[in-house]
Amino acid sequence: MNNTLLWYTTRGAGVVSMVLLSGVMALGMLTRARAGGRRWPRFLTAALHRDLSLMALVFLALHVVTAVVDPYTHLGITAATIPFGSYYRTFWLGLGTVAVELMLAIAATSLLRARIGQRAWRAVHWLAYACWPIAIAHGLGTGTDAGSVWMSAITALCVAGVLSAGAFRLLSPGDPLGAEKRAATRGALSEAGR
Amino acid sequence: MTGISLLAGPDPLSGMEAATSHRTRLGALPVAGPRLIEALERSDLRGRGGAAFPVGRKWRAVAGRRGGAPVVLVNGAEGEPLSRKDRVLMEARPHLVLDGAALAAAAVGAGEVLLYVGSDHGAAAGALRRALADRPEAERRRTRVVAAPARYVAGEETAAVRFVNDGVALPTSAPPRPFERGVAGRPTLVQNVESLAHVAMIGRFGDGWFRDLGRGASSGTALLTLCGAVHRPGVHEVAQGTALGEAIDTAGGGLTDASSAVLLGGYFGSWVTAAEAWSLPLDAATLRDRGHTLGCGVVAVLPEHRCGVVETARILSYLADQSARQCGPCVFGLGAIAAAVGRIASGGAEAADLERIRRWSGELSGRGACHHPDGAAGMLLSALGAFPEEFRHHHELGRCSATALREAA
Amino acid sequence: MDGPTLHVDRILCDGHGLCAELLPELVRLDDWGYPIVLPGPVPAHLDGHARRAVAACPLLALRLRQGGR
Repeated sequence: MNNTLLWYTTRGAGVVSMVLLSGVMALGMLTRARAGGRRWPRFLTAALHRDLSLMALVFLALHVVTAVVDPYTHLGITAATIPFGSYYRTFWLGLGTVAVELMLAIAATSLLRARIGQRAWRAVHWLAYACWPIAIAHGLGTGTDAGSVWMSAITALCVAGVLSAGAFRLLSPGDPLGAEKRAATRGALSEAGR
Repeated sequence: MTGISLLAGPDPLSGMEAATSHRTRLGALPVAGPRLIEALERSDLRGRGGAAFPVGRKWRAVAGRRGGAPVVLVNGAEGEPLSRKDRVLMEARPHLVLDGAALAAAAVGAGEVLLYVGSDHGAAAGALRRALADRPEAERRRTRVVAAPARYVAGEETAAVRFVNDGVALPTSAPPRPFERGVAGRPTLVQNVESLAHVAMIGRFGDGWFRDLGRGASSGTALLTLCGAVHRPGVHEVAQGTALGEAIDTAGGGLTDASSAVLLGGYFGSWVTAAEAWSLPLDAATLRDRGHTLGCGVVAVLPEHRCGVVETARILSYLADQSARQCGPCVFGLGAIAAAVGRIASGGAEAADLERIRRWSGELSGRGACHHPDGAAGMLLSALGAFPEEFRHHHELGRCSATALREAA
Repeated sequence: MDGPTLHVDRILCDGHGLCAELLPELVRLDDWGYPIVLPGPVPAHLDGHARRAVAACPLLALRLRQGGR
């Protein structure tokens, strides 16, 4: 197999994964913030979030497989599966491995949400807030194109997009009954009475 | 009222009836068994906590469950502000209540009996504790008193179970219902104290005796809390099937004032106009056909000079405030209804308010985890039917017609 | 043989409204965004849409129950 093709595929799929993952993060936060109304239905935001995450997994698979298979990189299965298990750029590559594994956990629990229940699903889903920055760091630290202008621009746009969605999420009104329910389960109506 | 019944014996107002008097008067407690459940089914005894669910059927459901030794939860929370019957019964006839609980425990095979008593019903809890000290060892060991928070929803059966399980007296989503999985995950029989008192009597004297106590096709007696414009407010026992007017006259000593309507069943009951009330038989089936319910037995007689709209607004405000605040329709829907009726009552109604409260009430039923919003909506709809002119007067003219009557007199 | 019925866990539900978007034939929202579900079994031609709505609820509050109530 043409080594250059593999090499370019690894890098290209990596960039696409980052862009898609950033989109998924933004859409996830918008879903949580109940963005939408009459002209943009909420199920669409949620569905895009889900569909793009599956697409991101495909490109991630491409990114990882081509990197491992490429003889030039001397990366074996170990590097791809065990975080910080490679000799080449150990730390920054390791971050990538961590990010992939977090993504797999999040995706698996989401696909099985009805079976594992809301609480378990939510606990794992929160790891997305760790997964995305780790993926960005991996790209900045180990990406071959990290220094170039266009790569920096793409990364900056991804970060800006996610941070904007994050701001929207933080500024949006909370769930109508969220605070009440949390207070109730903390025992607002306990023996002490109200 | 003739015949041996719950309030026969020493004057209920004179305090707790001691064990000796109880046993002398009524005889020993019979042995429970599957025959008792059959007797309860034949007796047509219905739960007296408000839902009027057939008692025999409930016991059979609990007895037939697998999943650990059942628990009996004696519901003496009585969160309904106008109701007094449960605490009077617990205070004056604790042994009757404990008899019923013992029969229930034996019939369903329960290993634990919880006496769930409202924390502000100190005298009732005290009487039950003193009576418990006089009971057989086996009963004493498996029975304990649990103080229910003084909130309206604390008496709801899933809320009672949840309180015992994790200290929060708020309803839970069903399934599972308590009879399936309740206290500590075990099948739980939640039964009102009055229901258990009736069981204690049926256990001794039989279902035929109980059926005969009622008028016509009705069975047994019921405790009523009479209040408002009656000479003798308080707790009275009447035969089921008695006409409401007769109950008010004979037990309640008649009216102190002319009356326009009666609130029957408590805050989650319904308004009955004076014209309909007088001959209305207090019989489960008839009441249901006419859109009413005996509920927890409250009979609140509204004197003529008091306004039905103002009272309804006051009750709705209370009910909205007492919401468990777990379900959107109850928090926001009931809240908005209470606010709108409050505006109508105080003369500051918005043009759309009357239409809105009808629409919102129609949308409220069945959309909460418990029946709290249903009760409120039902009470309001009955008020709109009982006081149509008064509502119109308030809504369009911003004035109270009852006040106008008083001023004109 | 009746189809399954829709059931909302009213305590879990917090008015996201995706169910009404995906199944407007059977679900509409009240003035505060909480679902009002038409009673009765789900018609056969809407079964797929109902299942999609159940899967889409962010809080898993919408359920399909076999055979009534």
